[in-house]
Order: sequence, then C-alpha cells, then structure tokens
Amino acid sequence: KVLLKYFTPLPTCTVGEIFELKAELNSDKKEKKKEAVKKVIASMTVGKDVSALFPDVVNCMQTDNLELKKLVYLYLMNYAKSQPDMAIMAVNTFVKDCEDANPLIRALAVRTMGCIRVDKITEYLCEPLRKCLKDEDPYVRKTAAVCVAKLHDINAQLVEDQGFLDTLKDLISDSNPMVVANAVAALSEIAESHPNSNLLDLNPQSINKLLTALNECTEWGQIFILDCLANYTPRDDRESQSICERVTPRLSHANSAVVLSAVKVLMKFMEMLPKDLDYYSTLLKKLAPPLVTLLSAEPELQYVALRNINLIVQKRPEILKHEMKVFFVKYNDPIYVKLEKLDIMIRLASQANIAQVLAELKEYATEVDVDFVRKAVRAIGRCAIKVEQSAERCVSTLLDLIQTKVNYVVQEAIVVIKDIFRKYPNKYESVIATLCENLDSLDEPEARAAMIWIVGEYAERIDNADELLESFLEGFHDESTQVQLQLLTAIVKLFLKKPTETQELVQQVLSLATQDSDNPDLRDRGYIYWRLLSTDPVAAKEVVLAEKPLISEETDLIEPTLLEELICHIGTLASVYHKPPSAFVEGSRGVMHKRLPAQSTESPDVGTAAGGSAPEAAPSIIPSQGDLLGDLLNLDMAPPTTSGPPPPTTGMQMGGMDLLGGGLDSLVGISHSVDPYAATPGQLVNPFWVKWSLQTVIRRSDGVLCLQVWLPAMKAKGLEISGTFARRAGVIQMELILTNKAMSVMTDFAIQFNRNSFGLAPAGPLQVLTPLGPNQTIEVSLPLSTVGPVMKMDPLNNLQVAVKNNIDVFYFSCQYPISMLFVEDGKMERQVFLATWKDIPNDNESQFQIKDCHLNSDAASSKLQGSNIFTIAKRTVEGQDMLYMSIKLSNGIWVLAELRVQAGNSNYTISLKCRAPEVSQCVFQCYEAVLKN
Amino acid sequence: MIGGLFIYNHKGEVLISRVYRDDIGRNAVDAFRVNVIHARQQVRSPVTNIARTSFFHVKRSNIWLAAVTKQNVNAAMVFEFLYKMCDVMTAYFGKISEENIKNNFVLIYELLDEILDFGYPQNSETGALKTFITQTGIKSQSKEEQSQITSQVTGQIGWRREGIKYRRNELFLDVLESVNLLMSPQGQVLSAHVSGRVVMKSYLSGMPECKFGMNDKIVIDKQGKGGATEEAAGKRSGHQSIAIDDCTFHQCVRLSKFDAERSISFIPPDGECELMRYRTTKDIILPFRVIPLVREVGRTKLEVKVVIKSNFKPSLLAQKIEVRIPTPLNTSGVQVICMKGKAKYKASENAIVWKIKRMAGMKESQISAEIELLPTNDKKKWARPPISMNFEVPFAPSGLKVRYLKVFEPKLNYSDHDVIKWVRYIGRSGIYETRC
Repeated sequence: KVLLKYFTPLPTCTVGEIFELKAELNSDKKEKKKEAVKKVIASMTVGKDVSALFPDVVNCMQTDNLELKKLVYLYLMNYAKSQPDMAIMAVNTFVKDCEDANPLIRALAVRTMGCIRVDKITEYLCEPLRKCLKDEDPYVRKTAAVCVAKLHDINAQLVEDQGFLDTLKDLISDSNPMVVANAVAALSEIAESHPNSNLLDLNPQSINKLLTALNECTEWGQIFILDCLANYTPRDDRESQSICERVTPRLSHANSAVVLSAVKVLMKFMEMLPKDLDYYSTLLKKLAPPLVTLLSAEPELQYVALRNINLIVQKRPEILKHEMKVFFVKYNDPIYVKLEKLDIMIRLASQANIAQVLAELKEYATEVDVDFVRKAVRAIGRCAIKVEQSAERCVSTLLDLIQTKVNYVVQEAIVVIKDIFRKYPNKYESVIATLCENLDSLDEPEARAAMIWIVGEYAERIDNADELLESFLEGFHDESTQVQLQLLTAIVKLFLKKPTETQELVQQVLSLATQDSDNPDLRDRGYIYWRLLSTDPVAAKEVVLAEKPLISEETDLIEPTLLEELICHIGTLASVYHKPPSAFVEGSRGVMHKRLPAQSTESPDVGTAAGGSAPEAAPSIIPSQGDLLGDLLNLDMAPPTTSGPPPPTTGMQMGGMDLLGGGLDSLVGISHSVDPYAATPGQLVNPFWVKWSLQTVIRRSDGVLCLQVWLPAMKAKGLEISGTFARRAGVIQMELILTNKAMSVMTDFAIQFNRNSFGLAPAGPLQVLTPLGPNQTIEVSLPLSTVGPVMKMDPLNNLQVAVKNNIDVFYFSCQYPISMLFVEDGKMERQVFLATWKDIPNDNESQFQIKDCHLNSDAASSKLQGSNIFTIAKRTVEGQDMLYMSIKLSNGIWVLAELRVQAGNSNYTISLKCRAPEVSQCVFQCYEAVLKN
Repeated sequence: MIGGLFIYNHKGEVLISRVYRDDIGRNAVDAFRVNVIHARQQVRSPVTNIARTSFFHVKRSNIWLAAVTKQNVNAAMVFEFLYKMCDVMTAYFGKISEENIKNNFVLIYELLDEILDFGYPQNSETGALKTFITQTGIKSQSKEEQSQITSQVTGQIGWRREGIKYRRNELFLDVLESVNLLMSPQGQVLSAHVSGRVVMKSYLSGMPECKFGMNDKIVIDKQGKGGATEEAAGKRSGHQSIAIDDCTFHQCVRLSKFDAERSISFIPPDGECELMRYRTTKDIILPFRVIPLVREVGRTKLEVKVVIKSNFKPSLLAQKIEVRIPTPLNTSGVQVICMKGKAKYKASENAIVWKIKRMAGMKESQISAEIELLPTNDKKKWARPPISMNFEVPFAPSGLKVRYLKVFEPKLNYSDHDVIKWVRYIGRSGIYETRC
C-alpha cells in the first residue's frame, strides 16, 4: 500500500520533483536509493519524462543488489536511445556483469544489453554475446540466442560479419530443449527478413532434432518449433507422414496455441499424402476433436479458433461436417464469437442437418443484437440457396419473420428473398403479395432496391406494379443511386411487359434519369435504354428481359490461392484477419508468400492439388460477383454482401469480359473452361489456378515443370507472362499465357529472343490478334526454330526473352528443359554407337546417380523413349541391367549413355559421354525428370 | 512477436507499460485507450487493428491487458500468454486489481522481463519463477542453488524442483465438471456436453512418477480384448466406461506416450495443477430437467409456470440450485408462488430468481408466476431469452470415474501404498439453458 504514493496524477514532473528525486538518487542510503529509482520507474510508466535523471540513475547501476540493478536496467532500456552518449557509461558494468559468477546475472546483462538500441553499444555487445552463446549454463545460452535476434534487428550486417548466425545454427543441436527452441525462434525471425537466404536450412537431420526437442521443451518452445516446422517442405509423402505422426500427440496439449500450430503443420503436410492412404483418413479423423475442444477455451481464444476453423472448413470440409452442433450459438457468447459461429454454421449447412440449422437460425433472428439478427436472417436465405430441399422451409421461415414487423428483420428478409427468386425462378412468387405489404416500412437502400427489383422482375404478376413503382418515383432525387438505377431498370422492364399502360411512366423515369440527374452512371444507363427502346423495341426486350445466369451457392469463399496461403498461416494474425501478412505488416517481413506443398504421388488430378482446391469446390456456375457484368440489367443489384472483414474475391476471372463481343453466352462459356479437369496431360493447366501466384511452379504428374511465372505483373506494368515449353510432333513450342492485370487494354504484342546456346528463335510472330483487355488472359503457342544465332549461355539452357506491347518492352529469362531439343531421329546404329563410345575420350565421360527410382529397366527404357532417348542395346551382367542409349540434339550433338539398373536397388547409375561435355549436366537432369515421374 | 505489453485501469490510465520492440511507440498506448477503452461502441473483437498495429486484449474485472504488435504473430499464442500472465500475477499477489497492480509494479516489471524476452514467451511456470523472483527481494543464493534454478527454468521438468520433502505424502484429486445444455421448449436436447477438469493437489516427496487411470472407453475396451476374465471383472465391479471426445493435458503429461498407449503418465508439479481437461457428449446424465410454460394473456399479462425435475439417485443431494426466469423489459409487477425454496423478482436483472438450497434426486418442484406488463408501442416482440439454471451435484455428469492414480518414487523409500489419496467429484452447471 505504501507504493500507491508513487502514482501521482500529474502529467509531467515538476522541476521540484526532479530535484528531489535527484537528491534521493544520490543518497548514501541503499534503501533510499532504491525507493527513489522505484519512483522514477513509476513516473516513467505513466508517461512522464524523467530522462533528465539519466546520469543519476546510471550511477546506481553498480550495485550488488539485484533488485536495484533490475530497476536501473529497466530505466536504461527506456531512455538509452534518447541519451546515447550517456548510455555508453553503462557499458562497462554490462561487460563486467556478463562475466559474473552467477548465471542469472550473466543472463540479465546480456538480455538487457540487447534491449539498449544504441548503435555505439552494439560494438561492445559482440564479445560478451559471443561468450554467452557458448556459456556453460543453458539459461545464459537461451537468453543469448534471443539476443542475437535483438542485435540483428539493430544491425543485421554486424550479426552476419561476426558469425553469430552460424553459432545460432549450432545451438539447434544444443542439449537443452529451451536453448533449441529460442534458437529456432531467433533464426525464424531473422530468416523472415532475408526471404531468399537459406538460413534455417531445414533438412531431414535438423527436422529430426527439432522433433526431438518438441517433446521436451516448454509450451512456448513447442509453438516456436511447430511454427518453424510448418515452413519445411518434406521430400516425399513418406517423410511427410512420419513428421505428421510425430506432431499429432501435440493435439492433446492444454495450450491452444500449441494445438493450432500442430494443426497448421498437419494441414500443410497432409497435402502431400495420397488420399487413398489409410493414414490420411486417420489423420482427418484426429483433427476434429481438438478443433472442437478449442471452442471451450476462453472467448478470445475461441474467436481465434473460429476464424481458423472458418479457413479449415473451406479447405477441408470433411473434417468438421458432423460437428454442426458445437457451433450453435450460446445466449451469453460474446458477439464476436456469435458472428463467427454463424458464419461456420452456414458453411457446414447441408441436407443432413438443415432442419436443425434452420430451427437455430430462427431462434437467433429474435435476439437483441442488431448485427447478429441481420446476419441470422441472411443466413436463412443462404441456406435456401445452398440446400435446395430446404428452400421452401426457409422461405416460410422468412415470411414468419416478416410478420414480426421488426423493421430491420423485414428489410434483411426482403434482400435475401430477392436472391432466392434468382436461384429458383418461378417457384416462390406467391409470396410477392406479402412482400408488397411491407413496402412502406423499407427505409434502407439495399432493401428498397431489392423490393423494386422484385416488382420489376415480376411486373406481369403484380396488378398494381405501375402504382407501386410510381410511388417510388415521387422522391426519385432523394433516393440513393442504388435505388435510382434499380427503379429505372424496373420501370423499363415493366414497360416492355405492359407497354400500353405505362408509356407515361417510362418517359417520366427516363427524363428524370437523363435530364434531371447529375449522376453519370444513371444518365448513361437512361440514355442506353432510351435509344434501345426508340430504335428497336424487340432487341430491347431481348436485352432487358434476357434470361439471367444462375447465382452461386457458396458466397464469400476465399479465393483458392489466398486460402492456401492462409492455411500456411494458421494460428497467426493473418488467419484472424483473413488477409495475407503483406496486407498488414510493414517492411520486408511477411512479404514472402507461403504455399502448400503439392502432392508427390502419381495421381491424375495432381494439377489441381497445386491449385489448392478440390474439383467440387470449383463453381461450375458463375459466382455471384461475376454477375456484375453478366447481368447488365442488374448492374446495381450488388451481390449478396456479407459483413466480415474478408472481401470476397471469387469470380475475378469474369471481371474483364468483353460485353460487346461475347455477351452473356460467352460468359457462361468461360466458366466451363475454368473446370480444372479441362487440363488433360499435354495441355496447359488452366491459367485460373495460377493467376494469383508469383513465381510458382506447378508440377504435373509427368514431372515436367509445367507452368512457371516468367514475368510477374508487378515487373511489367501489369502484364503477367507464364508459360512452359513442349515438343509436339517434332516441333518445339513455347506455350505462353499472357494476363493483363493492368487497367488499360494491351495491344501490339511482339516477341524476340536473345542469342542462346542452341539457336532457339521464334518461327513466327506472336499470335495475339485481339487486344488484351484488363483482367483478360490469353494462351498463345509460339513455334520455335533452332536456326537462330548461337551464343553459349550460363546455365546452358537459359533463354532471354523480350516481349513488347503498346506500353513498353519487358525482359525476362527462363530455362527450358533440354529434352525438347532431343530429335526424333536420335537412334544410333549399334556399330556406330560402339565406335563412337570408344572414340570419345574418357575425360568427357561423366557419371551421375539417380536415387529412389523404382522402375525396372524395360519400363525406364520405354519411358525415356517418349522423350526421344533411344535404347540401342541391353545387356544383363550379374543381375545388373546395362542399357545403352543415344540422344541427338537439334544442333547435331550426340550424347551416348550407359544406364545401369540393379534389381532391388532403387539407385541408378548413369554414365554420359559426349563430345561437348557441357551438356551432360542438363541431359542428366532430363533423365531424372523423366524417370522420377 | 509481441512488441509491447500494457496494463490499463478502467479509465484507460496506464499502470504498466513494457515495450519490447522498436516499432511500438508511446503513441500505441494512447491509440488503444482512445479506440478501444474509450470507444463509444462496445468492442466487437478481441483483436483490433489500428493504423497497422494490432492490439490483443483481455479484461480481468476492470483491468485491461493489451499486447501490441506490428508483425504477423501467432495470435493464439498471444492470448495464451496473456492468460498465463494473469495466472502468474494471481499466483504472486492475488486478485488482479488496480490497487494490487500498483502495489506490485516493480514485481510485475521483473516478471515481464523474465517471462517475455524480445516478445518471445519464456518459461512462465509459477513454480519455477518463484524460486528466484520473490516479493521480498532476491535472496542470495549459493552456487548450487543458482545452477539448480537455471537448470530448472530451462530444463525438461521445468515445473518441479528437486529435493521436495513431505512428512506425509498426500494427494487430492478433484474431478470438476461443468455440464452444458441447450434444450428446446419441447424438451428436445439441442446440444449437450460436459467439459471437465481433473485438478490434482499433490504433496509428494522427491520426483514421483505418477500414472493416472480412468474409465476411458478406449482403454477399457483394449483391456477387455486382452482377456475375457478381466472383462468379466470389469463388469462385476460395475465400472461403466465413457467415451471421451477429446482431452488435453498439463504440460507435465507425456503426450507421445498418451498418443501411443493412451496411458497418462507424468511427474506432477508440486501443489495444485490442472492435470487434464476433457470433453464428452455421449450418455451425459442431465441432473435437472426444466419444463417451461409461458402463456401470454392479452397484451399486458404473462403467465409463467416452470417445473424442475431432478434426475439422479435419490440418495444424493444437489445444492445451490438457482433457476433464472427472464421477464420482459416492460414488466410492472410480478406475483410468484413456489412450492420449495425462495423466489424473487429482481427488476434490475429483468428476471425472477428462484433459489433452492438442497434437493434430493428424483424429486420435482414447481413455480408459477403472473407477470403484469406495461402497455408499450414497441413493435419488436420480446425476445424470450432462455431460462437458465445453476446447481452443484456430488457426482460427475459425464460418468467419469477415477480408476487409479499410482505413485512411484524410485529414489525415496515410500511406496504407492504409503500415499494417502483423496478423490472428489463435483458436477456444476455450465450454461444450462432451456428455451421457452
């Protein structure tokens, strides 16, 4: 109670106070000194400036009293920056303390020194830090490990120059688990600011060390280690499985963060497991209970868990599909928990549980919180759209709610009923009468617009449609734009349906829109209708009353690539915000985009695994955002929006459709090409799946690098180029995908190659005939010849390309698989082969190993033949198959090969002989690529 | 990682401020006060982003704890840390209140320095911390003591120190369950689950190896397969097994062993610890059934009748029973008649609160009330919040039974038989609601 007096409400220290404190600090009595420092710290806490006391406080530093020492250190950390010169005074004491016999004092000194962010001090810090990193006491080492991260934050170069990073790496093998954990945390942080460095250097050995430490360290250490593990990409599915097996016990940890980080590792590594594996389904089953348990944690953690579950449910709906009940809202849940639960309920709603869900939602619609009630009403509408069997029940529930006459409930209900009409045309129009009764009570633009749309759309069934619409017209200029646009369209629809009685009305609205309005959108639309109606009423009818495309069942699904990235960030802020870290983290940290690993086994739909979305998740109808353009008539009918932070981004693909050229049909057509199954082997993977990626590589089942972003949009003023190479029927082709991510149209494309090792050159112009509109994508196939100018490149298969368009010239370089240069007539005569083999000097021979290849020699031979690598002879010596092969490159270079395959041994040995030994390395890579897949 | 940690009182005045990272400035302190504590609207999320700075907050009574960062931190970890911070403070100086924080601010700074380094949480087990951070100033330690402290703080068994000695080896197990229910007016169970905790208080010498067993269905089934005789024995002793949906453990429990063999083995921290948490949803014994009947008589009167039935062995007694019947906001008067206990209308809480001290199993009791309403022109109907209930019963509604807790201490000469063990079961109501 005595200490209460330290906290005085004054905002600044008076001169008198400072003077008094100064005197006390310089007192001879220890107790008085300590009390004085405490007062200083108390003032500091409430934000008073006590920096004037710096020299006096520092003078108290040399003391045996640890408590006093800690207080002085606290002061130092706060004010050293403002008084760098004086901070130097403290250095000596630190250096001395780092040598103290007591490990607690050594650690305290090194910990505090790292917090003094003054450049001059860092130089003095190096030596003590080096000693502490190798201290005999683990407590000092674990503190020193974190200190490296602190120092790196102040002066990264210094840390590198002094070799601290290597010492830190050594600590990963430390005998003490806490030292390991802190070293991992420090390295992970440093690695984040060097995205390309191989600092963490995760390999099976180091992973094994981490997994061992995982069992022994504190809960926080387990989190550091798991978060670090999540950055690793296992080499194959077996390694992936064995890591998963060792991580699953963490799901029973009492600390929710440990559980979520373990879930992250599992969700990521599961991607690599073959789906038919027993272990895969076991793992899926193991994930549900811990996720549900997170919901009994404290509310703040529940919120974090729910935001993450929202992602997990989108990525792997099967995990929680039977757990609907746990997401039922409790009356006393905080509002943020309620809203998140509701979101997940909609996602999990299915035919099996719809009755229960609806009963719950109806209950929620009577609660107090307005936002929650609105969301619940909307959710009922979503259910109707999602589960067709429930539509009727949903509609009647909504009608019940409308009967309550609670204003915002009615409005919300009308907005969702509009969507239900869109989804199930000609089914529920009988309720229109009830809706019309509530016309007067609608005061929100969205609800008014929805009601007007309904009246216009069903004008022929509503006897007094003209009266209803006319009533809105009176206050036309007071309405919001959304309502004005909708009113215009609705009246035009009405006119086309009942031309005789409504001519006056349509003229009135057209003149209101075109002559009396300042809004350009409204005016333009008015004019379009006016001209359509006056020139060709039949065409007008076809345009305005055209059939509308369907709306999608799922709303605000997170775009697949973003979802994938967020899955890699489970448990972190990114997963709470549903935004990539680059959206809220400043500077270089977190800019690196994380990706899920691709499945490594041979299954036909591997291409989609990299796309990250199961085939059924790909909407075969236009997502609701798409109908902004698809449905010109309803331009202003905003798609069903849902509150919540993530802006839905589905359907961006449709964004740039050429309205005039393609029209509605072509829009629907495009959506078919989105089907991932369209990508059959030998064809390109559809650009939809790579649109969002930067420098991503998709591996297809045949192992060929199949699509690579060569030129990211940000480097080429919005033009993104990705592509691949292929050899088809003797012709080398460069397949390019051009995407316009800029706002303006791109035209006048041309392409040119720099001189390269094999004289590759375009055999014709780049065939981009139509201009490329914003957000449009085009696939181009460019045949290549091998008669261009030659210059040796490094690496050999490097190709430098220039692409020009109306905006600028852009340069990029890419690497092609040398196998596309293997010509069809590359089979050598046996005798010639023997002679040539002898003729080429032994110095030109190079040997390689191909590991983990499980083909027998015949299978290998036929596989290689597909890439124009021809087997000339086969010999079996002591159970070892020797295959002799030849390859001819397009420039006439011959490569001879001897492939040794030992039964029961998955390692192949290959010897290559060639007059130009430089190509051997590239050829070997081709072997590996072909055989491994 | 965490860039800074602030503690505020209800007025938004800073009591503790510790900044770990350069990117967090003093203005962050004010940003949180202005945008969250002083915000006109109640906060809608425990995570707030203000000017690219993220604030995580929890509230304990009227004290705000806020962790601040500009990076993509592990959000779950930050909250877990804040809770842990509260636990540590409570263990040191009791209730988290403005006065206690002000009185102990030096200690809090010292703790913060120790358990959060550069924003990375470090060992935060109170048992370990108390060996070298004390309220009465730092004790001078011998060299052995120092190295013992550091090895404990960083060691594999960071939660227990060596050399603990008791004259009497004793342990207490509390099985504490909270049973949650949401029931429709027609008596249909919409959702029900038990979340339970096994709390262990141990006063054991040395480094005792413990093994805990309960009637977990998976374990019992596995043993049953081992031999038919055992199964028969199990049946004879009347042990019914229960299906546990999920469980989590204190960090002292060897998780890989649980994962492989489903056995729970550990070296417990000295004193009290929460050994495990678990959740069950199957075969729950619902101790009480609430049958509501609400009738609206015209626009100004409501008739409410509520029957509660106890559903457990008649020999057992439930305690601290409380039924809370919400009333509309425009209630002007209430008349209550109840067969048992006391009932009162509490205008400030908009509810009739009916309290019964004790009630045996298989009994029934009833309350009826007439509620007079003031006529209003409010269009919105009364939302009819659910009727909620509180109680305490001397059994575990999940059916969980402790089968054994074996103690081995190889180095000291006491055996499992010498340990005095106590087990107690308490079932409490969690959120126990019936819609009406």
